[in-house]
Amino acid sequence: MDFELNQEQTMFQRVVRDFCEAELKPHAAEVDEVGDMHWPAIKKMADLGLLSLQVPEQYGGAELDTLSASIAVEEIGRVCGSTGLSISAHNGLGCGPIVRWGSDAQKLAYLPQLIGGDVLGALALTEPHAGSDLLNGATTTATRDGDEWVINGQKAWITNASVAPVISVLCRTDKEAGSRGFSMILVKPDTAGVTVHPREKKMGLKGSPTHMITFENARVPLENLLGDEGSGFYQTMQTLDSGRISIGALSVGIAQGAFEEMVKYALERHAFGEPIANKQAIQWKIADAEMELEAARTLVYKASVLKDSGRDYTRMAAIAKLKASEVAEKVCFDAVQIHGSYGYSREYPVERMYRDQRLMTIGEGTSEIQRLVIARGVIKAARG
Amino acid sequence: MSIIVFTRSTPDTAAKVEVDGSGNVTWGDAATVVNPWDEYALEEGIVQAKNGGGKASVIAIGGEMHNDALKHSLAMGLDQAIRVEDDALDASDALAYATAASAAVKKVDDAKLVIFGKESIDVGTDQHAYMTARKLGWTMLSYVSQIIEVDYEAGTIKVEKMYEQGKQVVTSQLPAVITVMKEINEPRYPSFIGIRKASKAQIPVWSLADLGISAPTAKTQTLAFNNLPAREVKTEMIEGEPEEQARILVDKLLEEKVL
Ligand SMILES: Cc1cc2nc3c(=O)[nH]c(=O)nc-3n(C[C@H](O)[C@H](O)[C@H](O)COP(=O)(O)OP(=O)(O)OC[C@H]3O[C@@H](n4cnc5c(N)ncnc54)[C@H](O)[C@@H]3O)c2cc1C
Repeated sequence: MDFELNQEQTMFQRVVRDFCEAELKPHAAEVDEVGDMHWPAIKKMADLGLLSLQVPEQYGGAELDTLSASIAVEEIGRVCGSTGLSISAHNGLGCGPIVRWGSDAQKLAYLPQLIGGDVLGALALTEPHAGSDLLNGATTTATRDGDEWVINGQKAWITNASVAPVISVLCRTDKEAGSRGFSMILVKPDTAGVTVHPREKKMGLKGSPTHMITFENARVPLENLLGDEGSGFYQTMQTLDSGRISIGALSVGIAQGAFEEMVKYALERHAFGEPIANKQAIQWKIADAEMELEAARTLVYKASVLKDSGRDYTRMAAIAKLKASEVAEKVCFDAVQIHGSYGYSREYPVERMYRDQRLMTIGEGTSEIQRLVIARGVIKAARG
Repeated sequence: MSIIVFTRSTPDTAAKVEVDGSGNVTWGDAATVVNPWDEYALEEGIVQAKNGGGKASVIAIGGEMHNDALKHSLAMGLDQAIRVEDDALDASDALAYATAASAAVKKVDDAKLVIFGKESIDVGTDQHAYMTARKLGWTMLSYVSQIIEVDYEAGTIKVEKMYEQGKQVVTSQLPAVITVMKEINEPRYPSFIGIRKASKAQIPVWSLADLGISAPTAKTQTLAFNNLPAREVKTEMIEGEPEEQARILVDKLLEEKVL
């Protein structure tokens, strides 16, 4: 067992950190305040490979291992949660399914544009009345009509929908077939009958655009089917497994950012004649934060490596995401606490980090769903 | 046509550099970075090689720690990296550096332009660049803020140089050695694909014997490194309304002859 990053991964981390410090961190507060990403930085990400983390080199991508991709998302999250979420969603949810199930023609049609820096990718699973329970609750349908799919329904909470040139949409294509009745269909948002609604007003991650989408007799060519007809639900589950590692990495990043701010402030702020870092109650918070961060990061890295080994990683991804998101909550909570009233102020970044991290236990499967996935795995194994 | 950039690994600007108990300079386990001024030189090397249809090489003189700077350079997109290391160069001075640097330049095919960053932040010196030009017998152009035109056929280079008093446009003969300012470009970040290539690259090491030279006897000698004397800092909080505070502050600044 080797806990060291290899030379390539170490170099990636350095470069991404330098990039984030110089290009994202100075704009993080403004991104939150204005509610839009800093696009000049997104544009620069293309050359670095941050927009094509796991896209094969033959399509112009960086073709990274999952651990490096996690490190990249972690580093972005460390300075800007909003950008972290949008870049994570772009890579994992936007590009991921096209790389994995797209035909050569689909890859050539969409990947070069997706990784170019002017747009970001998106995936639409969730609906106003169904998030955790897509199998029973999702009602968006696609029916064949001649050489077209006709799509009707509504999707909700779709990250990057307003900046995506194409969205993979989970549709029911056979109402009788249960989990085999779903298909993933590529839809361009400018298709007639597709409406991307205004940005949702959120608690945090305000720079990351989130939208509701309605489909009213939206027609797309039959060849926009992604992978096999009827495999949409399985594609969804597999995409979420890998997406969870990424949300775990984003959680670790946000927590790391808050941790650094917490330590810095504890050394600067004086009370009762000395830096508050000298107080044991503060030290315990710092110690717990460091311990929890190490644990969370180790789990995220382990899930990443497990995924690349080709073995089943569903449970480990759920474990990593669950732990990391709960660690982010705790570390950001304590970071605000150590800042006292300044932690409650927009003047200090921990206020933003605390709001940003709140999504982590909800998106790409709530904590309740992660526990369900983990327990189901354990119990199934125990039953033999 | 070849363009050669010189670089080195220096302690991170954020690192705490000090002299330890045994008189050695240390920066703990803080990472090293490419000498920040060299990033502009490296970027310019890539651009000029591309414009001129040639190759950009990067050379570092010194021990293995400089491989980090060389790998970073390769990841940015330089075509080849070379490290010059020799025991005879240990504890040497700028003249020894320039002797080795000029010999290394001569060993690279068809070198027309050598680019240095404005200075090296670790030792705060730039004389090695001038000495290298002198050893080569090439034109020296310092503080270049823009390369306006390079004509390899006519063998000329036209640059803009920055001075405290203003700017100067100079045309001169090639080959030349230049030092560049940060105004010259915006250095690129290494790409993931560049990093992949760089991490696999084997960097050749040239000894002085490979260069066919021996180290000159040092003209300078380093006796000791010392920490800067600690300075007494007195903090005083000025109370009162903003106008009152400003008035007191101005008085104090006048009193201390700061204004
Ligand atoms: C900022 C943001 C970005 C998002 N981006 C995307 C995106 O890009 N694409 C996309 O498709 N979706 C996206 N989502 C949606 C997100 O994935 C869902 O919100 C999430 O899956 C939860 O679904 P829900 O909101 O419908 O909650 P529900 O499923 O309605 O759950 C409500 C509560 O009930 C609990 N619960 C549900 N089932 C069980 C059970 N069996 N046992 C115990 N408890 C249960 C849940 O844990 C939760 O606490 C985003 C959401 C947000 C806020």
